[in-house]
Amino acid sequence: MGLLDLFRKNQKSSASVAKERLQILVAHERSARDNTPSYLPRLKEDLLKVIRRYVDIEPEQVQVTLDSDGNQEFLELNIALPDDH
Amino acid sequence: MARTIVITSGKGGVGKTTTSAAIAMGLARRGNRTAVIDFDVGLRNLDLVMGCERRVVYDFVNVITGEATLNQALIRDKRCDDLYVLPASQTRDKEALTQEGVGKVLDEMGKTFDYIVCDSPAGIEHGATMAMYFADDAIVVTNPEVSSVRDSDRMLGILASKSRRAENAEEPIREYLLLTRYLPERVERGEMLGVDDVQEILSLDLLGVIPESPDVLDASNKGEPIILNERSDAGQAYTDVISRYLGEDVPHRFLEAPKKGLFGRLFGG
Repeated sequence: MGLLDLFRKNQKSSASVAKERLQILVAHERSARDNTPSYLPRLKEDLLKVIRRYVDIEPEQVQVTLDSDGNQEFLELNIALPDDH
Repeated sequence: MARTIVITSGKGGVGKTTTSAAIAMGLARRGNRTAVIDFDVGLRNLDLVMGCERRVVYDFVNVITGEATLNQALIRDKRCDDLYVLPASQTRDKEALTQEGVGKVLDEMGKTFDYIVCDSPAGIEHGATMAMYFADDAIVVTNPEVSSVRDSDRMLGILASKSRRAENAEEPIREYLLLTRYLPERVERGEMLGVDDVQEILSLDLLGVIPESPDVLDASNKGEPIILNERSDAGQAYTDVISRYLGEDVPHRFLEAPKKGLFGRLFGG
């Protein structure tokens, strides 16, 4: 620690800012990961099969996500139908 | 039975190939029959870092498709008899590494090798997931920098769900943190995440800290794994990593900046 550092003391170091940001982010991403039910990929596959009986779509056009907002959980299904269905 | 180690990170440019070359060489120099495989299909580079780029005839994909035998494709290192390199293919077809094919080759190698080091490509695409799928151990190479730490955490999630061990509900992959490009001076000035910070965020066993060093570029320029440079702090840090990986209790070195004189202490910063 040098004399010149005394004048910068009030500022939080960028490393501690990085650490705080990462701790929040990693905790958030881990909880999203851990709370995703293991059946989600299979559910998506089954949905895709059913939809494909009627419309010709690619796997990327079906999105299944699970969100939670307080006490409620939302299973969101997003299907992008092709233009000429 | 060989132990399969994946060197992974998510983010590119953090030192996966440097680490793969160093660890494979280090294990082999301890008398273990070791193979190092480049999983970066289309962007072959391990051969350059290992210094065997002019001896590549066949590659990993040739072995999978049966165009070459494993023995034809493996390149024996000229410095260490127990070390072999399996280069990546330059094909553009990323799907050439099929799970079945990779599994077969690893099974065959498992009969004669003690360690198989898998150098993963960056990202979370096919090559990266293939490199980790059959792993027993994972070394997560991380730089003390926000995007690298975040990507490492994502890789931990993938290791826990998309591996053979996870799918067969076996004992999970052993995961280790390897912090590279570490600059103790900047950590002390509060400009860089410290090893304790990264460990706290990722909660992983620390395998080692490799200091940032000009010797690493020098080593890849020459095609000599950095661990062979015994005078280099980075080379010595990798030697310690091998000892720790093999279960020896070795203290961490190079975590502190060299002490400054009076002048430096007064006006440093």
